[in-house]
Amino acid sequence: MERKNIMLSFKGEMSAELLTSILQIIENKLDLFGESLKVKKRMFNIMVECLQNLHHHITQPAKDAGKELPSVIVMVAKNVTGYSIITGNFVQDKEVGDLQNRLEEINSMDQDQIKKLYKSVLAEGKISEKGGGGLGMIDIARKSGEKLDFGFIPFGEEKSFFSLNVKVK
Amino acid sequence: MESIKIEGTPKTPTVKFDSLSGVLVIRGRSIPENSIDFYKPLIDWLDSYAEVTGEGLTLNMELEYFNTSSSKCILDVFKKLENISKQGTNVSVKWHYEEDDEDMLEAGEDYDAIIDIAFEMVKVEEI
Repeated sequence: MERKNIMLSFKGEMSAELLTSILQIIENKLDLFGESLKVKKRMFNIMVECLQNLHHHITQPAKDAGKELPSVIVMVAKNVTGYSIITGNFVQDKEVGDLQNRLEEINSMDQDQIKKLYKSVLAEGKISEKGGGGLGMIDIARKSGEKLDFGFIPFGEEKSFFSLNVKVK
Repeated sequence: MESIKIEGTPKTPTVKFDSLSGVLVIRGRSIPENSIDFYKPLIDWLDSYAEVTGEGLTLNMELEYFNTSSSKCILDVFKKLENISKQGTNVSVKWHYEEDDEDMLEAGEDYDAIIDIAFEMVKVEEI
C-alpha cells in the first residue's frame, strides 16, 4: 500500500468527539473523489461500526514506568480495488477465543447466510451492556461483501492486539 | 395525544409527531453511542399512545444512516406500533430510502419481514 493512498491515519485514544471528526474527514474526502452514494454510505456505515467497536471495547495495557501505550489505531486507505478500513486495539486474552470464533463463523458464510444471520440476531438477540447486541461485526461483513481480514498478536500482561482490515468496493 | 419534537443532531435523528395528522417522522442520522438513552423517551411515548386508541398513526422513517446500536431500538419502535395496530388502531409505516441506496432498502425489508405491519417502501431522491 503506497503512502500517498492513505486517507487518514490515527494512533492514540479514541473519544466520541474524535469519532465524529474522523467520520467527517472521510465523508469530505469521498465527496472530493466523487464516489457513488452507495460506496459513500457503505464506508460511513462500516466506519461507524468499527470506530464504535473501538470506543466500546478498549482494553488498555497497564502503563509501565509512566510510558503510555497507544490505545487504538485507525487507518483508512484507498487502493486499486476500493478502500480499506483498518483498526487495531488491545483486547483481553480471555476474549480472544470468542471473538475469533465469531469472526471465523461470519467468514465461513456467504452473503445470503450473513443476511439471514443479521435478521435472526436482530429479531431475537438482546442488547448487550455495551449496546451492540452482537450485530456490529455481522453488519460490517454484510456491507463489506468481502471476508473479514483479522489477526491477534499476543502482547503479554494477558492482552492481545486485535487488528481488523475491512475492504469496501 | 401530545405532539413531540426532538431536534436532530449529527448523531441522532429529528423526531416529530403532529397530533392533527397523526404522522410521526424519524428523519436523519441515527448513530449514537448509546441508542437506548435516545430512544427510551420515544418508546415510552408510544406506550402512552397505545392507551389512546382510535386515532390512526403513520410512521415516516426517513433515515440517512443508522448504526447497529440503533437497529435494535428501531425494532422496539416497530414492535410498539405492532401492538398499537393489534389494539385496533390503523398503523402504517413508510420506509424511505434514497435512490441507489439498496442497503437502506434491504434494511427496511428486514424489518418488514420481522414486524406484522405492511411497510410501504418509498424511493426518494435525497434524505
